[in-house]
Amino acid sequence: MKHDIIEKNIGLMIVLIVIAIAWGGLVEVVPLFWDKNTNEPVEGLKPLNAVQLEGRDIYIREGCHVCHTQMIRPFRAETERYGTYSRAGEFVYEHPFLWGSKRTGPDLARVGERYSDEWHRAHMYNPRDVVPESIMPSYPWLFENKVDGRDTPKKMTALRTVGVPYTDADIEGAKAAVDGIREIEALVAYLQQLGTVMKDKQ
Amino acid sequence: MDALSTFWNIWVFAIVFGTLIACGLLIRFASNQTDDGETTETTGHVYDGIEEYDNPLPRWWVMMFWATIVFAVAYIAAYGLGNMNGFLKVEVDGKQVPWSQTAQWQNEVEQFDIKVAPVFEKYAATPIVELVNNEEALQTGQRIFASNCSVCHGSSAKGSQGFPNLTDNDWLYGGTPEDIVKTITHGRHGMMPAKGLMPTMTDEQIIQTAQYVRSLNDDDLTYDAAQAEAGAGVFAQACTACHGADAKGMLITGAPNLTDNVWLYGGSTKQIEFTIRNGRSGKMPAQGDRFSKEQIHVLAAYVYSLSYKEDTK
Repeated sequence: MKHDIIEKNIGLMIVLIVIAIAWGGLVEVVPLFWDKNTNEPVEGLKPLNAVQLEGRDIYIREGCHVCHTQMIRPFRAETERYGTYSRAGEFVYEHPFLWGSKRTGPDLARVGERYSDEWHRAHMYNPRDVVPESIMPSYPWLFENKVDGRDTPKKMTALRTVGVPYTDADIEGAKAAVDGIREIEALVAYLQQLGTVMKDKQ
Repeated sequence: MDALSTFWNIWVFAIVFGTLIACGLLIRFASNQTDDGETTETTGHVYDGIEEYDNPLPRWWVMMFWATIVFAVAYIAAYGLGNMNGFLKVEVDGKQVPWSQTAQWQNEVEQFDIKVAPVFEKYAATPIVELVNNEEALQTGQRIFASNCSVCHGSSAKGSQGFPNLTDNDWLYGGTPEDIVKTITHGRHGMMPAKGLMPTMTDEQIIQTAQYVRSLNDDDLTYDAAQAEAGAGVFAQACTACHGADAKGMLITGAPNLTDNVWLYGGSTKQIEFTIRNGRSGKMPAQGDRFSKEQIHVLAAYVYSLSYKEDTK
């Protein structure tokens, strides 16, 4: 047998292992890059505005996606509780995806407009004020910290280069839109739009 | 509905079947080298005098490899590949359609609806005032409540600050079955502007008005009589448009009754002053799109039962 060659050349072995592991992706992943279903936004999908975008970054910073998914699977038990299942076209402006992989808390893919802003604020300040059984941590600093809009236009420009259709006007107005607002306002604005693009289908 | 273009369809088929064939050839090649049994040939390695026989793979192991290939082909035949549908069918809308994840989901939803529809129909045909005597219906309503409403109103429906208690028979928008159905379906939005209708209200007047509001409640609330008296005039000017001249509230605006010692945002002097100074905004999101009429009927019956029972006690 000639496996000596592979076994004695660690570099070659690494390359072959990577190919072996990635092989399935050629069929499962690669065609999706060119697939209409995964590349075309669902009807009415809009990019996040500046405030929501900053809210999304706070969502990432606080690690919300570690305990909350944003992906409703096509099972009756899930659609009954969370609303209709997630479509690929809802996520075409998402960089990176926040689908998550573990539900310590409920799925948030369609939490938008489900509760009032007031509720979200009370809940973020101390979840047990509104849901006594909750094990979610409190985030009181969101009520003190202010959003700094210095980087917002740059973030939007970066997103535009990967295909999010921000206009020049969006980017120019971004700093003014977010400067000085409290972090909680940005986060709530982000949460309240989640999944609302498919509201009529729920 | 073809998900893939012709190119990608061919791509998928070529890689999948190419891989299967390649795996088959590899197994044949590996097991063809020797017939069954053992050899005396070694692999040529020597480590500290230890050598390794170059035996073929065990037969049972080789058979397992073949079994995975057979399984793959059977799986593709059942579930499909690329744009090709498998032979598995599920029933959707009374028609047999090829299996897909979404078709299976639709089937699950439909099957469940068929199962529960007669139950909900029976409930829907019963007026809410009678439905509250149906233990089973209330249990159903309780479950809908627990998974959808308890997040704000609490699992015991007693609410919390800013979220109304539903068990005390004190209603912002009316407590008849019709009112409850309307509230659930269309939602509500109660807005109290800061300082009511009197934007010029001074800090002193806020304190006076808070004392006056406390004085309207009969029992244990303490208040400063002189300040309350002064606050009466401010109240008449700034608050009566919504809360009424008698401060008993108004169902149309959702303005709470201020005389019954039930406090949505807290009844301490501080809390009342805060409410007057900053206003309040309480929003119940509409649920009409998320539930069927029958579900709302049952849910409303449950909510109605919470204080209806209190009534009869």
